[in-house]
Amino acid sequence: MLYHRMQLYCYAQLILNFIIKMNTIVKQFLLIIITISIYTSCSKKSDPTPAFEEKNLAPFSIEFDNIVGDRTFSINNTGSLYTNAAGEKFSISMLQYFISNIKVVTVEGKTYTVPQDKSYFLINGADKATRFTKVEVPEGDYSKVTFTLGVDSLRSTMDLSKRTGVLDPAAGGGHDGGGMYWGWNSGYIFFKFEGNANVISDDVNGDPTGKKQFKYHIGGFGGYSAPTINNIKTITVDLINAGIAKVRKDRQSNVHLFVDIMKVFNGKNSFSIVAHPNVMFSNYSVNIASNLTELFTHDHTEN
Amino acid sequence: MNSKHFLVLLFIGLFIIACKKSEPIQYKLEVFLGFQKPVNFPEPVYNFANNKITKDGFELGRMLFNEPRLSRNNTITCGSCHIQSSAFTQHGHDVSHGIDDRLGTRNSPPIMNLAWSKAFNWGGGVHDLDTQPITPITTHEEMDEKLENVYNKLRAMPKYSKKFKAAFGTEEINTARFMKALSQFMLMCISSNSKYDKVMRKENGASFTTEELEGYNLVKEKCASCHSEPLFTDGSFRNNGLGISPVNDKGLYTATLIETDKYKFKVPSLRNLKYTAPYMHDGRFLNLSAVLEHYNSEIAATPNLDPLLKGNKMGIALTTTEKTKINSFLNTLNDEEFIKNPLLAEQ
Repeated sequence: MLYHRMQLYCYAQLILNFIIKMNTIVKQFLLIIITISIYTSCSKKSDPTPAFEEKNLAPFSIEFDNIVGDRTFSINNTGSLYTNAAGEKFSISMLQYFISNIKVVTVEGKTYTVPQDKSYFLINGADKATRFTKVEVPEGDYSKVTFTLGVDSLRSTMDLSKRTGVLDPAAGGGHDGGGMYWGWNSGYIFFKFEGNANVISDDVNGDPTGKKQFKYHIGGFGGYSAPTINNIKTITVDLINAGIAKVRKDRQSNVHLFVDIMKVFNGKNSFSIVAHPNVMFSNYSVNIASNLTELFTHDHTEN
Repeated sequence: MNSKHFLVLLFIGLFIIACKKSEPIQYKLEVFLGFQKPVNFPEPVYNFANNKITKDGFELGRMLFNEPRLSRNNTITCGSCHIQSSAFTQHGHDVSHGIDDRLGTRNSPPIMNLAWSKAFNWGGGVHDLDTQPITPITTHEEMDEKLENVYNKLRAMPKYSKKFKAAFGTEEINTARFMKALSQFMLMCISSNSKYDKVMRKENGASFTTEELEGYNLVKEKCASCHSEPLFTDGSFRNNGLGISPVNDKGLYTATLIETDKYKFKVPSLRNLKYTAPYMHDGRFLNLSAVLEHYNSEIAATPNLDPLLKGNKMGIALTTTEKTKINSFLNTLNDEEFIKNPLLAEQ
């Protein structure tokens, strides 16, 4: 409403000025300039929400800013260890997780799902450049984002030619290294978190190699022919309190999330490293996967 | 040109042909027929729509199958543990023998009739033939290599650039093309020309002997509920009552974590048993008489034992005569054409 009123006012002024009949061309020109500048300033202040149009795409990103409790995240923090709720001191050597199937919901409740082929991201804690999931969504004001932590079952079993980039089973080397694919039990590792803690014993109950390493490789898409563990987690983050995302073509709206890795240990299924130093494809992984849903909090939005 | 000139030319021509290796000429004469479903077989389960078999794709797959660069130190090929003369198994080895003489925990299964297979490995876990080779290539005890390293090694070889271009229209090697070429070769490893098949297709008046026929009827009565015709496996996973070994391989359970899958292994085919000893997932039985005696008297009541093996007397009662007849029939499932097919041999 304000927008229309101001516009009318601007035009009225223009017409009025014409009636006064300026004599010189210079004066007329100056007047037009002034009028236009008033008009432009009017429209800027109003910042209208563009009509929701699926093809009217603009840049949008979610930032996965890893933190560890009250501290910033760092790899190989052997000189300044983190401490979990069980009082165990640990360092982190690897953190990688898949974010996929991004969906946004407008303030009015309209939903847009990013085309699946453009909606798979691997966040690597050791590489800050990977922390943004850059996509395109229609111009609009968004109050909710939804994404999958992991890789959906459909894509997990799709023809290999549809699984390229971060989904390539060859990516990152083998699963002993940075790889995120299990060959023997076809499927992706959704969340890979490794580090060291002195509490880990050197026997078979800990790390027999003596490196005092913990490894959490969480995956499991629910099974191909029979239902098996399903650790795919869908996360929805409400943006109302910390700032909605105003997606426009001329800017980069970024939803800044904190991802608290400490919650892996301290979430609702809290556990100690010494009790579970290695969790991969096992029933216990379900407990950890459940903690993973608590990792994400919305800190602010950069519009 | 008079007849003398002609004779000279003919002679020279013959001389040139004689100088050339006879094998490539013979090979060029063969027409590549692609995947052909044997008439006595059901529809395959492999999705050919995503991977049409071509001559170049198949040949590339065959090159890759026999390529030692698939292993970390370029010593092991797929063919090392899947030898054609042993119906693509590693004859004589109870468990497969991989890189640096490392031993696995399971017997290498045959590469045979995989187009009809819904799940792979003794313990399942893989459901798409295209993703199966990832396991042996990356497993510590087998080839112990990273896929990207394999591709890089192949990228440096012009013969592969050329063959990838011919097969897929691009020199670029990626996971999908690499795996699909291997699938093309493996899908063509069809064993369907045993005496049994010829009898079923009534080819050239083939027929069973009396003993074979009696054996056939016994197999239908006592074995076919798991080893069903014509593939002689129903593709299911079952616990056939093997005593638990020190390795305590839990089979299908490892991939599903479902309690009722513990100690279940994939039902193997009864085809080509002559070439594939030893038997069972860990190769514990050196010959067929040990296998038949297992079913006759050695079934162990381990968790999830198949209900078909339970009863008043556990297992499948077999007299000595019955065993002889069954053996006689099983011999008709050996397919010599398959193990000698030059198309499937390393070139």
